[in-house]
Amino acid sequence: MTVVLYDGTFAGLLTAIFEVYEYKLQQPFICRDTATTGSLFGNTHNVFTNLDKSKRVYKKLQDKLSLKALKQLYDCYLSELPEIENVMLRYVQYALRSKIAVENDYANSDVLQLQQLSRKVHREKHRMEAFVRFQLTKDDLYYAIVQPDYNVLPLISKHFKDRYADQRWLIYDGMRKYGLYYDKETVQEVQMNFSVDIKSEQTLKEVFDENEELYQQLWKQYFSSVNIAARKNMKLHIQHMPKRYWRYLVEKQ
Amino acid sequence: MNADRITEKLSILADAAKYDVSCSSSGSNRKNHNKGLGNASNGICHAYTEDGRCVSLLKILLTNVCIFDCAYCVSRKSNDIKRAAFTVQEVVDLTINFYRRNYIEGLFLSSGIFKNADYTMERLVLVAKKLRTEHKFNGYIHLKTIPGASEELIKEAGLYADRLSINVEMPTEKSLALLAPDKNRQDMLTPMEIVKTAIIQNKEEKKLFKSTPAFAPAGQSTQMVIGATPETDLEILYLANGFYKKFDMKRVYYSGYVPISNDNRLPAIGTPVPMIRENRLYQADWLMRFYGFKVQEIVDIQNPLLDTDIDPKLSWALRNMHLFPIDINRADYEIIVRVPGIGVQSAKKICAARKFAKLSSTHLQKIGISYNRAKYFINSDTEFEKKDWQPGQIKNFILSEGNSKYKPNFSPQIKLF
Repeated sequence: MTVVLYDGTFAGLLTAIFEVYEYKLQQPFICRDTATTGSLFGNTHNVFTNLDKSKRVYKKLQDKLSLKALKQLYDCYLSELPEIENVMLRYVQYALRSKIAVENDYANSDVLQLQQLSRKVHREKHRMEAFVRFQLTKDDLYYAIVQPDYNVLPLISKHFKDRYADQRWLIYDGMRKYGLYYDKETVQEVQMNFSVDIKSEQTLKEVFDENEELYQQLWKQYFSSVNIAARKNMKLHIQHMPKRYWRYLVEKQ
Repeated sequence: MNADRITEKLSILADAAKYDVSCSSSGSNRKNHNKGLGNASNGICHAYTEDGRCVSLLKILLTNVCIFDCAYCVSRKSNDIKRAAFTVQEVVDLTINFYRRNYIEGLFLSSGIFKNADYTMERLVLVAKKLRTEHKFNGYIHLKTIPGASEELIKEAGLYADRLSINVEMPTEKSLALLAPDKNRQDMLTPMEIVKTAIIQNKEEKKLFKSTPAFAPAGQSTQMVIGATPETDLEILYLANGFYKKFDMKRVYYSGYVPISNDNRLPAIGTPVPMIRENRLYQADWLMRFYGFKVQEIVDIQNPLLDTDIDPKLSWALRNMHLFPIDINRADYEIIVRVPGIGVQSAKKICAARKFAKLSSTHLQKIGISYNRAKYFINSDTEFEKKDWQPGQIKNFILSEGNSKYKPNFSPQIKLF
C-alpha cells in the first residue's frame, strides 16, 4: 500500500489523483497530511499541490462526466469524511476508463455512495441557508455564527450574496474557524478566531444595534404564536430542526 | 415603535393567520435584479414550529376585524376576541427586518374584511407595492385575494405578489352556505378565473416583450377545510382535481379542522384534528400531481373514502393486483413509479441505473427504495415473495412491519349513509 498525503485542498486532492497515474502508485491510499502519522510498513508519497496537474485532471473529468457529477465530487470533498478521498479516487478511475458517463450507474457502490453523500452535503447546505440567523451590530454588519456538519460555506456563498446584496454580512464557521464576509461588492473568505456568546445579554447591548433585541423578541413571539397547540408533534419538529442547530436559532433560546 | 404594542399586535395577528396552511415560498424565480434586498427563487423553510409545520413566510393578518361571520373562523364577527390592526408601515418594517436577519423568505399577508372587499384588498396591495417599489424588496410575497374584490385590484396585486390565493373554504357550496352565510362560491371562483387569465396573458406578452413585468409568477393556490363538514374524500379530491385542471392551480391545501368554537354546526371543542385524513389527502394530491394518477384511480363510487391505515398508493396497488408483479429491469418508468415503496427519485434512479447493469434486490435496497413494501409488487428471486399472496395478506404483512404514529387512530372513516 502507498499512503498518498495531500494538503487538504481540492486542488491538492486532484493533484494526488494525477500522481497516482503519473507514478503508477500501487494500492494508493489518499489522505490528508494532518490525518495520519504515516504508514508503518508501506510507502508514503507526499503530494505538493500543483495547479497545472489538478487542472488537467479536472479537464479530463469534464470530458467524461456532466457538470452535475463534477459538483457531486466537489460536495464529497467538502464532506471531509475520513477515507472519502479513496471513494473519489475509485470513482474517477472508473469514470476515466469507461467510454460512457458513469454517474448514473447506481449499481456501482462508489457511484452510489458518492451520489448519496452529495445529497447529504446538499441537505446541510440547505439547512444553513435556512438556519443562519443574522444579528445586526452597531456598525451595520449582519453577523451569524454556524457549525455545519460539513464544510458547506463555499456552497452557500452565492446564495447569500445574491440575496443580501445591499447589506454587509459575515457568516462564521465556529468549528472550522473561518468565515465569509460580504462588503456589498464581493464575498471574501476571512480567517479569524473569536467567539461571541449570543446568549449573554451584556454582549447583546454592547455590540448589537439598538433594535436587535426587539426584533429577536418579536421573532420569538411570532414563532410561538403560529404554533397550533392542538396539533403538537415534537417528533416532527425535531426531525426538521435537529437539536444540534438550536444553539444558533434565536427562536429556540 | 412601541415595543409592547407591536408585540401584542403580532401575537394576535399571527395567531389568527395560522389556520391558513399555505406556506410555500418556491416556484417564483424572482431575482435580485436591482441590487436591492432578497430574491425569491428557492423555497426555504426557516424554522419549524412544535406542531412540525414549516415557517417560511411571515404569515399575518393586516387586521382580524371582520364583518363576516363564518362559523369555522376564529376572526368571525360574533367571536369575542381581542381585535388588532397593523398599519401598512408596521407590516413593511417587520417584513424587512425579519428578512434581513434570514428569519423568513417573505410575507404572507391576509386580512379580515373590514368595510368592504375592495377597501381591504386595496390595503393589502399597498403593503406589497410599498415593499417592491420603495424598499426594493425582491423576497416572496403571497397575497390573499379578498372574495368579491374588483378585477382592477386583483390585477394590480398580481404585479407585486408572487402568489395570489383565495380560499374555497368548504368542499361544497352547501357547506359554505351553512357555515359562511356571508360568502358565496362565485365570489371565490371569479377571482380565480381573473388570475388564471391574467397569468396566461402575461406569459403571451412575455414571449413578445421580454421586459414585461411578471404577473403572480408563482401562480395561485387555494385551501379547503377538512372534517368540519360531512363531505367524502371523493368530493374533496374531485374538487381539487378540478382546480388543478381548470384553474391551473399550483397547490390545493387541505386544512384539518381545528375545533375553535362551540357552534353546534361544527365538531365540538376537544374533537381531535383529523390529521391522518389530512395526511392521506395530501398523499392522494401528490399522486395526482407527481405520480401520474388520475383522480378516479384513487377514489371512486365504490371507494369514496381513503383508507386510513394504508396510504392511497398502496390501496390502489392492492385493488389492481392484476398489473403486478412488474420486472424492474424492463418496465416503463410510469409503472415503476406506481409501485408502493418506490418514489419519484428512486424510480428515476432505477431507470438510469439499469442501463449499466441488471438490478438485483440488493441494488434496490441500497438505492433506497422501501423494499419491504415494494417486494410484493416486483419480480423477485425468493420463494416467499414469489408466492401468490392475496391483497389482504399483503396488507397485513406490511402493517405488521410498520409502526405508524397514527396507529391508535386507525379506525376506518365512518361511512355516512
